[in-house]
Amino acid sequence: MVWHPDVGALGDLAEAITTAFPDDVVRAEVVRDELNVDVQAASIRRILSWLRDEPSALFQELMDLCGVDYPDRPQARFDVVYHLLSVKHNQRVRVRLATDEDTPVPSVTGVFPTAGWFEREAWDMYGVLFAEHDDLRRLLTDYGFEGHPLRKDFPLTGYVEVRYDEEQKRVVYEPVQLQQDWRTFDFLSPWEGAQGVLPGDEKADDAAASKSG
Amino acid sequence: MPTDVEMRSFTMNFGPQHPAAHGVLRLVLELDGEVVDRADPHIGLLHRGTEKLIEYRPYIQSIPYFDRLDYTSMLCQEHSYILAMERLLGVEVPERALWIRTFMDEITRIGNHLLNITTMALDCGAMTPMLWGFEHREKTMEFYERLTGARMHANYYRPGGVNRDMPPDLADDIRAWTDEFLKFVDDMEGLLTENRIFKQRTVDIGRMSTDDALHWGFSGPMLRATGMPWDLRKAQPYAKYEQVEFDVPVGSNGDCYDRYLVRVEEMRQSVHIIRQCLDKMPPGPVRTDDKKVTPPPRAEMKRSMEALIHHFKLYTEGVHVPAGECYAAVESGKGEFGVYLVSDGTNRPYRCKIRSPGYVHLQALDYMGQGHQLADIVAIIGSLDVVFGEVDR
Repeated sequence: MVWHPDVGALGDLAEAITTAFPDDVVRAEVVRDELNVDVQAASIRRILSWLRDEPSALFQELMDLCGVDYPDRPQARFDVVYHLLSVKHNQRVRVRLATDEDTPVPSVTGVFPTAGWFEREAWDMYGVLFAEHDDLRRLLTDYGFEGHPLRKDFPLTGYVEVRYDEEQKRVVYEPVQLQQDWRTFDFLSPWEGAQGVLPGDEKADDAAASKSG
Repeated sequence: MPTDVEMRSFTMNFGPQHPAAHGVLRLVLELDGEVVDRADPHIGLLHRGTEKLIEYRPYIQSIPYFDRLDYTSMLCQEHSYILAMERLLGVEVPERALWIRTFMDEITRIGNHLLNITTMALDCGAMTPMLWGFEHREKTMEFYERLTGARMHANYYRPGGVNRDMPPDLADDIRAWTDEFLKFVDDMEGLLTENRIFKQRTVDIGRMSTDDALHWGFSGPMLRATGMPWDLRKAQPYAKYEQVEFDVPVGSNGDCYDRYLVRVEEMRQSVHIIRQCLDKMPPGPVRTDDKKVTPPPRAEMKRSMEALIHHFKLYTEGVHVPAGECYAAVESGKGEFGVYLVSDGTNRPYRCKIRSPGYVHLQALDYMGQGHQLADIVAIIGSLDVVFGEVDR
């Protein structure tokens, strides 16, 4: 009933791209009806141009570009993910590369002009640098914002809050003050007993120690 | 006669609070006289960090955020998120729920197009279409309310189905409404389609060729107006679009006028789809009985210990989505609305990227608007169909 992509054609495409770029494609595989291509960051421009122009691919549209943060990885904590669409062959492909905070990724604005804002957003949200992007300003956050909010180590509440000050007759920025403690509930395993310290239970060990001592 | 005339260009700020900015768009325009040299949209004034918030919520609790993105195509956006989740979970959806989703997406599309067409006409100087159109937009929201309980922020789709079944007489009322709605579309076209002033403001304004549109990532009516018959409902059908008949209207010039015409015809096609759905919809359950994603009925909880456990687990821990990643896209009123979901196997999304069509279309404003006059920028913004809830996220 529901439409499924032509997985055979996607498999052929995975083979074709591996043959065309044996050194640059790390892995190309079809998972859950979707083609994932992991590539070396330096060759992203060549690979996307190939995907756009190769007659058997013709991925003329860049539908999405985004960052993903994996802070636990030993190196290259960010993924940059490109979603391409071929209106000719009715196929999608996901191209992915890994980078870190300091290594710039070649900008693909020359291949797809629509990458401009997407790359600005990835820079804004994750701090991923894009080389040769001619206008790498912040996009979604406030003017003068500091930090990269979608990183996993950026707190959900942020660092500053904004309010209108009646006395100064202007908008002021102040450090965030929470009216109640920040709570995250970990409901992952209620049956096996809570791991780690319960909020408010930090003194239990001290109390036990002083009682026995 | 003065001999040394100094030429200088103006930099003008447009918005963020301007009736023609359709929300909070700030444009920095460089003007040479009245001709626009460069348009630099500043967005993010409505940025609420939706993607960050979603990472901190169990899957089900994130559904309402999708109503609040583009607040004129609520259920289409929920549909995209739910599709991504269902693909990762691998749950089956009952027939009736799929039919409900199909026709609710179309009612949403009508509501969306009504807002866009009429406010664009308002920007171009025609007030009556908005006064007439909003009456029917209100009707679509009444159907929303009767089905989901809320006029706009529905929170209605669930993984494995929809929240509850239709009230008994809703189908008849929608069918009755479709007749008067088609008459309204004709009336509205009588006001606009051959209107000299409206055509002067929109024909050949903001033209995009098909190649340009593809390079700039266009989708939906913006792409179809250039003559490209690309519609996800036909090309990559989801829900029940494969089993309904409808035409995909295309334009030829890719200008503001063609976008208007495409949207008008899409509303008629939506009515066609809604009627077929109401005819073909079978009775039956509207949610899967997989107890890992659907809470048990209240009565069963009183008697069955297992049902009670399922209920407790679902409302504390939530749904566990298997690790993996998925990109699901639907044809919302504005174009391709996609959700890229990365799951690490826990009860919260690891990453949820929202691909909104308005964001991409607005980016091309600079390209489309070059060499146009200031007043044309207003018509182009109107034809882009941007809603800042989804652009800024």
